Amino acid sequence: MNLFTEQVLNGVGNGVVYGSVALALVLIFRTTSVLNFAQGEMALFSTYISWKLTTEGLPVVGAIALSAAIAFVGGAVIERLLIRPVEEARSPLNVVIVTLGLFLGLNSLAQLVFGTDPQLMPSPFPSGEVAGIDKDTIGLIVVLLAECALLWLLLQKTRIGLKLRAVASNPESSRLHGINAGTVLMLGWALSAAIGAIAGSLVASERTGFDASLMQQILVYAFAAAALGGFDSLIGAVVSGLIIGVADALTIEYVEALDGIEVVLPLGLILVVLLVRPNGLFGKRTVERV
Amino acid sequence: MSLLQLSNVSGGYGPVQVLHGIDLAVEEGHVAVVLGANGAGKTTTLRAISGVIPTRGEILFDGRPINGRRPEAVARLGIAHVPQGRGTFTELTVEDNLRVGAVNRRDDQIESDLARWFEVFPRLGERRHQLAGSMSGGEQQMLALARAMMARPRLLLLDEPSLGLAPLVTRDLFAHLGELNRQEGLTVLVVEQNANLALEVGHWGYVLESGRIVVQGPAAQLHDDESVRKAYLGF
Repeated sequence: MNLFTEQVLNGVGNGVVYGSVALALVLIFRTTSVLNFAQGEMALFSTYISWKLTTEGLPVVGAIALSAAIAFVGGAVIERLLIRPVEEARSPLNVVIVTLGLFLGLNSLAQLVFGTDPQLMPSPFPSGEVAGIDKDTIGLIVVLLAECALLWLLLQKTRIGLKLRAVASNPESSRLHGINAGTVLMLGWALSAAIGAIAGSLVASERTGFDASLMQQILVYAFAAAALGGFDSLIGAVVSGLIIGVADALTIEYVEALDGIEVVLPLGLILVVLLVRPNGLFGKRTVERV
Repeated sequence: MSLLQLSNVSGGYGPVQVLHGIDLAVEEGHVAVVLGANGAGKTTTLRAISGVIPTRGEILFDGRPINGRRPEAVARLGIAHVPQGRGTFTELTVEDNLRVGAVNRRDDQIESDLARWFEVFPRLGERRHQLAGSMSGGEQQMLALARAMMARPRLLLLDEPSLGLAPLVTRDLFAHLGELNRQEGLTVLVVEQNANLALEVGHWGYVLESGRIVVQGPAAQLHDDESVRKAYLGF
């Protein structure tokens, strides 16, 4: 395999992770109109839980599933206890500040509880390659596509999905239609935390070790992916994640000027998207006529 | 017994009291009209009924007190409130907007209701897969009415449906409303500034001034009463 193909595959492997986290960001944004800066650290905490469970002897897949379930509950609790009280203050900025606080708090808490030494998360996928592609990468792609499909079905085809979309679009009007907005928002956070838990655990399992900085760089790339995808499109988040992963891998290999400062790429991309095409590649234009 | 009965209801926003002891009743199968100038408390009255703001006094729906309930609980009792701004779910399609109206229904007639409202409002049918936010104000008001009807409400609260609409569109809207009332016995409480049209459709009218009911009577009588028209209604 030549260097170029190898770099593209590398990029796809990373891009899938960016896509997963972007998916979680987009889900919260779509259902609650909040940018959750703590998404990465929530995933980090869950990853530590997955890892801890494997050290207690649970099989890897079981550990990740249990951790996702714990994250589901944790996400709901965070929404209920931390987000909702400030949301009622009616300024979106308050929620953003709380998520920033959560970002710092969860990161520190993870180090306090699980220590600062790098840990090894075992992979749920078999090792080896198929047609020159790591089975890890293939496994990640399958999981991501499955998540996407399930979420799409949930949002578009179920009653609770309709409620989620209604609350995201117009919380006050939703309440006048008998929808309990609080419960729905809680569900949005719960689902998104569970997706983050799976993404974090899988990315950690791909690496030769992880510590509390695992998700920080990934979050920046995921934000870029979500922005590129238009912030309200699930499939947009995934495709953009892949685009950014590949672009990043190729930049690292071929653009010497950016050596060591590759993170300029996603940040630059966020800027360009916001300036040139604020709705992203896949976002619906929000038109409001009165 | 009236379907809706407000007795000495007061309320407002924080320290600002807007309603000062409102007495108001809506009979089953009637269209009641609340008229008044800007700031008289028309919107606040509706918000008090649907539980959006805290109130004092008594609000009875079908004989049961509903004050203190949260908006979603009031809605589930069968009160559909079309707020100012029409409550459109702009990022959802027209069809999904209508489905939100029926989101708490458990019967199997949602699909046939959907077909029915697309028939009543052909414009909505043509645009069923379009985002609701891209529609004109008049179309969104039709959508709001159809969405409220998808809940099969026992009482419909309408907040200034004519606001921002062209006169012809407003006339069309009230024609639909009158038809729904006559054909299906839909009970409506509508607050309006367009007194002329609203009183033509309505059975009973109230005039609200500074949070108090100052005049009430049969709609036709208010409509024709020279002194009331001059003093409060401006037409």
